[in-house]
Order: sequence, then C-alpha cells, then structure tokens
Amino acid sequence: MSELLIRNACVIDPLKGINAETMDIAIRDGKIVEDVSSAAEVIDARGALTLPGGIDSHTHICGTKVNFGRYMSPEDMRAGRTSRCGPMHATSGYSVPTTYGNSYRYSAMGYTTLLEGAMAPLEARHTHEEFLYTPLQDTMANTLFDGNWGIMEAIRDGDTRRVAAIIAWTLQAVKGFGVKLTNPGGTEAWQWGKNVSCIRDPVPYFEVTPAEIITSVVEANEMLDLPHSVHIHANNLGTPGNYTCTLGTLGLIPDLNPKRQTLYATHIQFHAYGGSGWKDFCSKSEPIVRFVNMRPQIVIDMGQVMFGRTTTMTADGPMEFNLYRLHHEKWSNHDVELETGSGIIPVLYRRKNLVNSIMWAIGLELALLTESPWQCLLTTDNPNGAPFVKYPEIIALLMSKKYRDAEFATIHPDTESRVPLPAIERELDWYEIAVMTRAGQAKALGIQDRGKGHLGLGAEADVAIYPIRIDETDPSVDYERVIEAFSRTEYTIKRGRVVSRKGKCLVDGNNATFWVRPEVSDDYDMEKDPDFIEKFDRYYTVRMRNYPVQEEYLNRNRCIETEAEI
Amino acid sequence: MIVKDVVCPFCGCLCDDIEVEVEGDRVVSVCNACELGTTKLMGEKRMKGPILRDGDGWREITYDEAIRYAADMLLSAERPLLYGWSGTHGEAQCVGVHMAELVRGVIDNTSSVCHGPSILAIQEVGHPGCTLGVVKNRADLVIYWGSNPIDAHPRHLSRYTYYADGFFLENAFRDRKVIVVDIRKTETANIADEFVQIKPGGDYAVLSALRALVRGKGETIPRTVSGVTREQLIRVADLCKGAKFGAVYFGLGLTMTPGKYKNIRNAIELVSELSRHTKFTISAMRGHYNVYGSNEVNTWMTGYPFGIDYSRGIAFYNPGETTAVDILARKECDAALIVGSDPAAHFPRRCLDHLADIPVVQLDPYPNATTAFCNVQIPVAVTGIDAEGTAYRMDGVPIRTRKVLSTDYPSDEEILSRMYALMQEERER
Repeated sequence: MSELLIRNACVIDPLKGINAETMDIAIRDGKIVEDVSSAAEVIDARGALTLPGGIDSHTHICGTKVNFGRYMSPEDMRAGRTSRCGPMHATSGYSVPTTYGNSYRYSAMGYTTLLEGAMAPLEARHTHEEFLYTPLQDTMANTLFDGNWGIMEAIRDGDTRRVAAIIAWTLQAVKGFGVKLTNPGGTEAWQWGKNVSCIRDPVPYFEVTPAEIITSVVEANEMLDLPHSVHIHANNLGTPGNYTCTLGTLGLIPDLNPKRQTLYATHIQFHAYGGSGWKDFCSKSEPIVRFVNMRPQIVIDMGQVMFGRTTTMTADGPMEFNLYRLHHEKWSNHDVELETGSGIIPVLYRRKNLVNSIMWAIGLELALLTESPWQCLLTTDNPNGAPFVKYPEIIALLMSKKYRDAEFATIHPDTESRVPLPAIERELDWYEIAVMTRAGQAKALGIQDRGKGHLGLGAEADVAIYPIRIDETDPSVDYERVIEAFSRTEYTIKRGRVVSRKGKCLVDGNNATFWVRPEVSDDYDMEKDPDFIEKFDRYYTVRMRNYPVQEEYLNRNRCIETEAEI
Repeated sequence: MIVKDVVCPFCGCLCDDIEVEVEGDRVVSVCNACELGTTKLMGEKRMKGPILRDGDGWREITYDEAIRYAADMLLSAERPLLYGWSGTHGEAQCVGVHMAELVRGVIDNTSSVCHGPSILAIQEVGHPGCTLGVVKNRADLVIYWGSNPIDAHPRHLSRYTYYADGFFLENAFRDRKVIVVDIRKTETANIADEFVQIKPGGDYAVLSALRALVRGKGETIPRTVSGVTREQLIRVADLCKGAKFGAVYFGLGLTMTPGKYKNIRNAIELVSELSRHTKFTISAMRGHYNVYGSNEVNTWMTGYPFGIDYSRGIAFYNPGETTAVDILARKECDAALIVGSDPAAHFPRRCLDHLADIPVVQLDPYPNATTAFCNVQIPVAVTGIDAEGTAYRMDGVPIRTRKVLSTDYPSDEEILSRMYALMQEERER
C-alpha cells in the first residue's frame, strides 16, 4: 500500500465544480481517497495551483508517420537533445521528439494522458510499440476509417449496421480507442493522386460522398456506444475559403448523445479560412464559432499555430502534397492499403508572413469567441501548428490581452485588416484554462467515468501542481509568470507517484493503454463474416490472423467494453 | 502439426502466409515460402550452447558465464560498438539501444552498409511511398531499378506486384507493365515489357534525363544517355506519365553504385515530379526481414535510423563517422557486440583486421564467418521459428512473427535483457 497526502493545494477541478478551493488531496494505491493514514508521505503544496493531470485530446506522438517525421529530419533531432540522467533516457528532437522526449517534456508540463490523433489500423502495432516507450502518460489512439473500403462499400449499400460492425471489429483488433476520419474520402482518392474538394464530391469508384461517410460513421459510432464521439479532420484543410466546407460538415451532425458531443472537430484553425485565394486570405473564425456556440453536439479544438519551425504530419496525404508544392521542402507520403494515408513536410511559420500571422490569430479567436470552454479545447495539433512545448505561451495569450497586443505588434502589419483578434477583449481565467487542458478533454473523450480529468473520490491520482499562486498573480499582466509556471510543474503525480519534479523525471514509468471492445451479436461479428474474410484475404497483404495487435503490446491493459446495439 | 500464417524471417517481404509442418522440435516441411525462406525455416545445424575462445580452440560455457563476459566486456570498454540488429526482433533492438546509451557506445545496424545512402537521400528530399498492398491493388506500372527480385526477393512479384491479384485490375498479370533498369540482363529483366540497360555508373544521368523529359524538356536529351537511346528514354517517360499508378522499387544497384545517395535523391525527385502528373511511389527493396525495424526502433528511441554515437551522452549521428565500418577502420572501438548479422562476411578487410584484435561477443544461432572473430558466441532462438517478436516489413508494416517450435534456446531479447540488468547493477554500485 502506498499513500500520499497533498496539503494546502489550491484546487481547480471543473468536473467536480471546484474552483480555487484550498484543500488536501489524499491518495492511496494510485487513487484519490477520502483520507490516508498518518504514515502517508506528505507534499505541502503551499497554496500552489493544483489541477488534475493534463490531457491532450489530439496530439501526434507515436506511430508510423510520427516516426517517419523523425527519420527524415536529423536536423530536427539535433535541435533538442538531452543526455541520460538518472532514470531519464537520452532524448532527441524539437518538433518531433523521440518517445522519451515526448514523455518527459509532457510530464514536466503536468500532462498525464495523451491521445494519439491518427493511427492507421494496418500499422497499429507500431503505435502501440511506441506507447510502450512513452512511460509517463496513459495513452490511447484514434483509429483511421476515412478511406476504409469495407465501410465505403457498406455505406454504398445503405447498411449502417455493417459500418458499425466493421468499426467494432477493427477497434478491438488494433486496440484502438476512438474513430477518426481524416479528410474522409480524400485519402482514398489520393491513392489515385486525386482528392475530394468538399463533402459533396463522390469518392472515385466507391461513389460515396464525404457527407455520407461522416453521417454513417457518426451514426455507427453511437450504435457502438463508444466513449468518444467521431473525431474529424474535415475535408479541404488549409485552403482559402474552406470555412464554408467546415460549416457544411458541422451542419451534418445531429445531437445524438446526452453525455458528450456527437462530433469532435479537430484543429479548426486550419478549417476557418476565408478569401478566394492567398491574396485575400482572411479569418472566418466568427461564423465558425457562431455555429458552434449554438450546437452543444460539437466540440472543437484550436489547432493553434505558433511561430517557428515545426513538422507537419497528417493522414491527409493530398493536403501535404499541396503544402509541398507551396513550400518546396522535402515531402514524404505513405498511403496505406484499403484504409488511409499520410504525409509529412517540415514548415516554418513566420511572423513576417501574412498568411502565417492570420493563422496565428485565428486559433486564438476560436478559443476566445467560443462561449463555453468545454467546447473549444487547447491544442496545437502537435506538432502541426507548433510543438506542444508552446502550450504555456498559448495559455498566457488566452489569459492576457496585453500579451496578445504585444505579440500582435510584431506580426505582419496587414493582419489587422484581416482578423477580428485586436477587437477581442476577453481574457480567460484559470478555471477556463483548466477546462480547456484537462476537464473538457476528459469529457470530450468520454473518460471522466474512468477516473480521468478530475480529482473526485476514486479518480486516478493524476495531479499537476504548478509553481504559481493564483491569488497573488494577475495573469493579464504577469503573463511571463504564467508561461513559466505552466512550463514546469513543481510536482507531476501519475497514478499516485511523483513522476516529475521541477522538470526532472524521477521514475521510469509504465503507461496504461485505453482501448475499446464493443460487444456485437454474432450476426455482426466480422471475424465470422464470409464476405469480409474473403475480401481481406484477397486484397490485404497481411493475413487476417496476423492483423490484430496482441496484448503483449500493452503495458497496462485498460479495455473499455461497450454494449453495441447491433 | 501444421502451423498456418507463419511469418517468414528471411527478407524484407516478410511473407506471412507460410505453412509449416512441425514434428517434435523440427520443421519437416514448408509450404508457400520461396527457396530462401524454406531453407531458413527448415533450419540448419545450430550451436548447442555458448562457447568461449580458449587458446586455439573453444570451450563450452554456461549462458550465465557468457552473459557475464559480455556485460563485463561492454562495461570496461572505452568505445564499444553494438552492431547488427537486422536479423532480430524489435524488442531485442530496444534493449540494445538502452545498453548503448548506458555504456556510451556506438550502435549501428546493417543499413549503414546497405540502404544507408537511401536513408540519407530521404533525409534530404523525403520519401513518397506506400504500403505494398496499395501497389498490389492499383499499380499498372512497376519499375525495378537496380534490383533483381527474382533472385533476392523471390515472392515480391507474386505477392505484391506483377503476378498479384489487384482490386482495380481486371487481369492484373496482363494489365500491368514492368520496366527493369539494370546494367545487365537479370532474371527479372527477362519478364520486363521494357528493359533499360544502363552502362555501369550511369544511373544518375538516366534519372536526370527522365526528369527532364517529364518536365517537357525533351530537346535537351542527347542521342544516348549512359548507353540508353533517346527513343527508349522517351518511351519510358511516356509509360510513366501514362500510367494510372506507377511504383518504383530500387535496390543496391542504385544505392551502392557511383553516385550513391545522389542517385536515390534523383530517383525520389523523379517520382515527386511524376506525382504532379499521375500517382507515383517509390520504395527501397530492403534486405533482412527486420532491417527496417532496426531503423524504426533506433529512430523512436534515439532520433536517428542508424549510426548513433552516445559517447557524449546525447545521441549523435554522423554517417561516415559514427557508422560501424568507419569506427572499425579507424581502429577506434575496443569491444564489439554483434547481434543478428554477419559483418565478417561483408565488411572490408581493414575492419576485420581490427575486429580480430578486440574482444567480440556475438549472438547468433549458427556458426558464421564472424564466429572466427569472436571471443564468445551465444546461440539464441531464431525469431520467427522458436521466438516471437516484432518485425517491420520493407514498407513499414509491423508484423509479429510466430513461434512455430518450442526449444530451450533463449531469445535475443532475453539474453540482452539479462546482460543489461547486470550492467545496470554494476553501474549503480
């Protein structure tokens, strides 16, 4: 039995309705409990800001394309390296750090749970292997279904229950957590070098539209009673004028689930562009946010861009090719048979570049204009908009108009006429930041009932204590202190153990992986479906028996079983 | 007993449809595999247990003694080299990285003498590729450049390209065109619709000519380029541009010939150029069944695919300096651990001279050329036969190899983990 008592913590725990109360937190054997014995180890937080462990609901940290980002970029590896020190292994990389680099740096910032945003089912084993070497965070993976042949055929046949059945089989086979659609239909078209322009373009050969894929998969997701909603990277990312496509996509979504959103629309910054070309490129954050504010069934994340060098990587292969034609930097692409694709290019976001400056403003606008912080979560689509180590700066920008104005003065001068940002006075408070970085993320992922994102009794004892007293700090003025505090916790506690102290990781942890297994009836068990088996054998290059990810690939195995309607 | 869907641990094709018949602790027959795979799966005479060099002969030692010897050797070395890794599973490779980090050694895999230059090219210009199934289902044009799959990857054509069933092809075998580019008429060239014979060392020029043609600069092409006629170059460029889906597979004939990584860079840039006209991809024909896995593992653990030097604590990468051949040729390293490869059969003489002078421990199930240079050899289970573990196919698809036999041999991972535990204990003292 291990016991820990955190004294004098200034707690913000939005899921439990606690806002800046000074209290003690008792922990036994990795869980939050009522009280502990006098033998418990004691940490005196001295009134420092104490939050549930941070959760990133959309980041790219593990798997085939992430690793290819490292593989092709020795220059990025050189840009951030540390040597072995105590239990910490050596790390490399700035925008795409090695697995240990990701894990240590996230831990130093108080993050204890990460969702890998895009896992190709065929290559899932790779993602799980890297999870094993991400020791200080619990992990889960969104599984890609955007170009899945079986699903597109079922949609063409009007059989949504079969769509659900294929998702169910695949998720349990590859130990996936959520359903991801990246440029639905577009990744399949890209295997012919083509794309879809928006939700009404038919996918070559399969003759289904992205709109049909989205609505069917959303319905199937709810049939399976999955913890998370469908997680979408909408069509037409990154092009001027794409906000109408984004609105069209969001408009497809009914409100189907009382517990959480019905659609999680990721990195909306990249989808909120106006203009007919790069010359009149402008922000359309306002119409997007107006739409979201009226619809509780939608949750978005920012996909904030921050200036500097980074690496873009996504399953959206055709988009990366377009970026390559703009930037003329190196370009990698990796299509995955019968399923999806991916692309990678390095980029440099520059303050002196008008488009980049507008992108920076749009991300902030989305967060500041969305009324409820539960509906707009803080991300950079790491590392696409910026590496996650920039989160503290983003927090400070959201909390301080003064800081925003100071930054605004350094960007491209024409930005002012293209964006509403300078007119926005709102400054987010500590509570809202806590929602956007953990509570809201837990709720959106549907893992609050698994003891994530809060500090209620029975919760996982994942806690972040930041070296800042919120009663003594005015974030709108002291933004430098805010950045410093969120960059490095005093203590990061994972499953009741102090794993990181003042930026130094203290233990070689052991992550848990969350995945789902929907229980379906025999009629919808694809394992026994002759047509599914035959197509698998004929067109995949891996045997169906060799496809599932074995439990050997999970350190701590957290299977979430759901009762499906089928 | 028949074991189905066995994964062949021979080449980068990583075929996973093999059927193996087992009797007792022996494989008695193999179905579906090529000759190379069958030979490996049927096995040969393995070593019984660890051996230690003793004067002119060998003495049998226990696994404990052998592991202790290796741990002591690495701990007392100033500049240890941990080399090989392509012939073992990923789990063992991970332990290897931790060991290298602990002793501040150099860890390198066989790609530094194989597709290393291809990786350097990718680091300059990227890599437009895809999984093998994408090619199988779509490609109407396949180009083998400086590679001879019929001999080196015998089932590549039947499982993934020319002869394979393809979803979008009515009659895959008739609907696909094959171009072979090589300096001599290989077995594979015999089945090609178009055989392009290049003078040795002329690949770079031919690739440049094709790039010019694809960009519409045909007027700049001389009558022949490295022995290839202008007419044939135009024909090839037209075939490429006219294809719905083209796939280039290149081998060491392009990677390790004059021009080296610049050849690959040119080939990748040709494919990037063709991507503006139609769908095109390019991929390396990787050799060992898990050489790609050693690149993957090294990359997520250290940041670099091969040639990693921990002597300064951080991971440092400079191919040509931190790669095995260079470290040996400069007589820098003072101990070597070899796992899952046979450098004595492939390295230059100068490297072997040095290898003979330093303590060497090898993990390998069989006696091989490197055995002659070893102080200790530790026989291990063969991944894919009597050990399970992860391997990455040449296209990056990870597959867990099956265990078809139970033997008493420990796996590479087991031996290395025990070695690492001893080393950690010693260092913490």
